Amino acid sequence: MLELSHITAGYTPRAPVVRDLSLTVADGEALGLLGPSGCGKSTLARVAALLHRPYAGTVVLAGEPVRGFRFRAPRARRTLVGVVFQQPRLAADPRLTLRALIADPARATGRFTELADRADALADAVGLGGDLLRRRPPEVSDGQLQRACLARALLLRPRLLICDEMTAMLDASTTAALVAVVEDYRREHDAALLAVGHDRVLLNRWCDSVREFPTTP
Amino acid sequence: MNDPRRAANTAGHETAAPEPLLSVRELSVRFLMPGGRHVAAVNGVSFDLAAGECLALVGESGCGKSVLAAALLGLLPGNARTRGAAWLGPAGDRLDVLTAGEATLARTVRGRRVGLIPQSPAAHLTPVRTVRAQLEETVRELRGTGRAALRAAAEAAAARAAFPTDHLDRYPHQLSGGLAQRAATALALVADAPLLIADEPTTGLDRDLVDRTVGELRRHADNGHGLLVITHDLAAAERVADRIAVMYAGRIVELTDAAPFFGSPGPRHPYARGLLAALPERDFAPIPGLPPELDALPDGCAFAPRCDRATDRCAVLPDLTGGVACHHAPKAAHA
Ligand code: SF4
Repeated sequence: MLELSHITAGYTPRAPVVRDLSLTVADGEALGLLGPSGCGKSTLARVAALLHRPYAGTVVLAGEPVRGFRFRAPRARRTLVGVVFQQPRLAADPRLTLRALIADPARATGRFTELADRADALADAVGLGGDLLRRRPPEVSDGQLQRACLARALLLRPRLLICDEMTAMLDASTTAALVAVVEDYRREHDAALLAVGHDRVLLNRWCDSVREFPTTP
Repeated sequence: MNDPRRAANTAGHETAAPEPLLSVRELSVRFLMPGGRHVAAVNGVSFDLAAGECLALVGESGCGKSVLAAALLGLLPGNARTRGAAWLGPAGDRLDVLTAGEATLARTVRGRRVGLIPQSPAAHLTPVRTVRAQLEETVRELRGTGRAALRAAAEAAAARAAFPTDHLDRYPHQLSGGLAQRAATALALVADAPLLIADEPTTGLDRDLVDRTVGELRRHADNGHGLLVITHDLAAAERVADRIAVMYAGRIVELTDAAPFFGSPGPRHPYARGLLAALPERDFAPIPGLPPELDALPDGCAFAPRCDRATDRCAVLPDLTGGVACHHAPKAAHA
């Protein structure tokens, strides 16, 4: 599903935070990538999500090499991947209600009505309902907002899900609940998972295999 | 593992306990929202904290624990209304932070009687000034130390937080996450405040750093500080705390010694049991449902819709008695 080969990436070419890293995630596989905070694993997650262009290396997604990143990535390619970040507040438009937030990726597809039902079903799956769906991000807790962000990431039925420290800010019960939603989705759709995090106990419990992020010298 | 633990000095039977540094009594915080809505963020919370002791306040985001911390520091926004009391200091010289004015809070409380170890140290440090400059300024502000002694006082504060002296001339962005955390801790320790409040000190830190941060926090308690750790991280709470207070929907639902809580016989409140069981090293099973909204709390037990032991009796709000607020909690093992 995802093949990263010899990726070097970062924010200044002379000091990349990811150096010559390769990994693959097969269809239906769950790979955990373990590393300390600030080690570059989030940058790698952004490369895998086509959100950040690497300095060197290749990304192959669903068998096809990736040529464009960010807005240069064709829509059909971008929507193969769903992403959930650590901090839901930085990833959610504060003006949207949670319901609109979950349905947001449908706007550009022209399948809005078709996907409205799916948005409702996903809201239900992540445990959001009623009045909460009419609230905006400032009126809900981090945990509630992260539930909405996960539902949004699953809306277009991605074949690869990237969770970058998805639960780092959450309590044990919300963590277990969100991981269960991801795993139900993966079972149903045979989707792949790249879970990036710093919590070894969590990743070992969640993923088929766990790799240490190689720290740069 | 981090004994000595003290005699039960939970709210309600504090007779034999050492003089508390902090005594919170029936503390409630309400926010008045537009449209006449009320958000009951903290409801009737009582606990004591003694010198040399660490109490961990655990619960999920939105349970009221951060609001409680803000109340203790006099940092609530203008639309907050408080009831109850939060006494700082021993009986002869105590001050209710809830009624103290802003001038008193700024002059004698924040930094001096209560040190805050912030959640995101990066946000707490000034990016354009070195750690030394920030420490010296805080020393001058809080202790009125003269120029000549500033340097030594700042270095002593750094040493107390295990911040390496040879990094003092660095800027915050030149520090690793761990060192930034220690720099912020050094700032909190400058005036040697007897009470320290650590707000989510381990969020986002990797395991090694959690272990180190927790070890350092524990050392401050062992050196005689009273330490209140506010966290959603049960694993960190287990490593640092003498006692645990579990908050749910603005109330303390269980207040107990850490050893029996994490070990045997385990938590007595159904919510606390569910929270502990949800850990990936335990059952990894979530508690079904979501906590209630704080502007629409039920009359009875707020956990009832999610609780597998709920009965008709649970329509009446359970008091916190003997360390647990539940009509159907098992008896305390040591009673
Ligand atoms: S009082 Fe009743 S509903 Fe509340 S926790 Fe106890 S058994 Fe459950």
